[in-house]
Amino acid sequence: MSLGARVAVRRGSLTLDVEVAVADGEVLAVLGPNGAGKSTLLRALAGLLPVDEGRVVVDGATWDDDGTHLPPHRRPLGVVFQDALLFPHLTVGENVEFGLRTRGVGRHERRTAAASWLARVGLDGLGDRRPAQLSGGQAQRAALARALVGDPSLLLLDEPLSALDARTRLVVRAELRRHLGDFAGSTVLVTHDPVDAMALADRVVVVEEGRVVQAGTPDEVNRRPRTDYVARLVGLSLLAGTGEGSTVRLDGGGTVSVAEEASGPVFAAVRPESVALYLARPEGSPRNVWPARLAGATPHGATVRCELAGEVPLVAEVTATAFAELGLAPGAEVWATVKASEVAVYRR
Amino acid sequence: MSRARTGPRIPAPLLIPAALGVAFLVLPLVGLLVRAPWSSVAEQLAAPGVGQALRLSIVSATLATLLSLVLGVPLAWVLARSRIRGRSVLRALVTVPLVLPPVVGGVALFLVLGRQGIVGGWLDDTFGITIPFTTAAVVIAETFVAMPFLVVSVEGALRAADARFEDVAATLGADRWTTFRRVTLPMVAPGVAAGAVLCWARALGEFGATITFAGNFPGTTQTMPLAVYLALQRDPEAAIVLSLVLLAVSLATLLLLRDRWLGRAVP
Repeated sequence: MSLGARVAVRRGSLTLDVEVAVADGEVLAVLGPNGAGKSTLLRALAGLLPVDEGRVVVDGATWDDDGTHLPPHRRPLGVVFQDALLFPHLTVGENVEFGLRTRGVGRHERRTAAASWLARVGLDGLGDRRPAQLSGGQAQRAALARALVGDPSLLLLDEPLSALDARTRLVVRAELRRHLGDFAGSTVLVTHDPVDAMALADRVVVVEEGRVVQAGTPDEVNRRPRTDYVARLVGLSLLAGTGEGSTVRLDGGGTVSVAEEASGPVFAAVRPESVALYLARPEGSPRNVWPARLAGATPHGATVRCELAGEVPLVAEVTATAFAELGLAPGAEVWATVKASEVAVYRR
Repeated sequence: MSRARTGPRIPAPLLIPAALGVAFLVLPLVGLLVRAPWSSVAEQLAAPGVGQALRLSIVSATLATLLSLVLGVPLAWVLARSRIRGRSVLRALVTVPLVLPPVVGGVALFLVLGRQGIVGGWLDDTFGITIPFTTAAVVIAETFVAMPFLVVSVEGALRAADARFEDVAATLGADRWTTFRRVTLPMVAPGVAAGAVLCWARALGEFGATITFAGNFPGTTQTMPLAVYLALQRDPEAAIVLSLVLLAVSLATLLLLRDRWLGRAVP
């Protein structure tokens, strides 16, 4: 069945009011900057934080509503926290068994279930270790096994990969994707990393300052960001304006030529790699040409990301060779060009 | 270790008072050892009253520690974890015996639990139980004085423990009592152990509240510190020997604390 929830919580300066719905077997990513209220949402769903207003319904059972508050230990859920948080005084196996033990499962059955889950997450034979003897990736795998062994209706993942180093994260992310594919219940994944959201989720909601600012498939969010935060995350320059046929008049001044006809309030999104830089104004060809000043440049592998200030603020990504040939330094005056066909236009 | 050896020199204004401080703390103990009548130690220890007083001291201090654990650990949990109103007032009240002169504690206990006391009178009328001047009174006096040490130590351990583990336990189906037993208590066990040892040592040395509330009757209420004080009046050598025994027990406690618990407390 599913999760349906509206969670309104006021805590200090944060006012969270978010509505989410997740089908069975579906993974919803809650993407947002630090302090947006993502973790608050997760704690409220888990019952660790009282909901001021709203409701939480899982598989038809009401967990939270006016006057109803199912305490966390009565909710059939599994949670994986950022720092694994394996109980340090128990072995890895005892950690995985913990939820079964509190629910009165017999010793033998517990052992078997824990061993089978440890094998599933690739920790075969490590059940007798202490959590301190595991690597970060292993600890997070054990935490996942601990959360899933009780066959929960709802799985909550709170930044499950962000404490891992880059290489481990890649491996664990792929494994997590497989386990989430096998999981029959609903999953809510909280993250500030768009890669996690894109790789693991079926749908994404973007939360900023306690509100949902965008919802859609990972692909939609990736291609058509609706806020500067999301645009930066997915590496696009987002320009807000008004469509007037094949031109978009930007709110901040200037115009953009686009390939598709557009009208009314729209966003124009430009990919950094489709921006070309010149020292002199290029001639001919129907494209967008804007004067700009190089505000900053950061090397990014074989390319350099250039922050451009001017009437139309953009990010350009040029090869390190091109950057060197242009002899650019911060403060340099350049011309930025983008083909009309490279600009994505969509309704605001 | 090696850093302390190769580290910068200690400035004289700090070094000299520090050295004097060490001397001040250690010299009296050395004096005790020097003045001890070593030739007659065995004889003195074999005296009938000594074994009795030592046994009574250890038994009553142990009972006081157990009582403190039963009452003090839950109290520490309430102070560290609950959100009840007036918690800071409660904490202040609990720590009063730490700063209160023990003899005042003894008088207070007497007024409440004595035969004319509010609770003591009722106990006497209803059950015929009289507390003052019994071994039970020794245990109560020691608990009154020593329990705050345990509470403060355990509360500190609870505050230092990561409460997120308790959240994890809750999401794994553990109610608060189960969480306390299976997660919180094992995680703060080193703090509880250290607090218990501190509490035991304090109870073992208790004098003022005990002599006020329980009196000084050999066999029932005369603990080692009381025996030492009494011996000093009539037989200083015996007092020294008894003091040596207490010193040995204290040092043994300290070693135990260091090797058995504090060493393991570091994960």
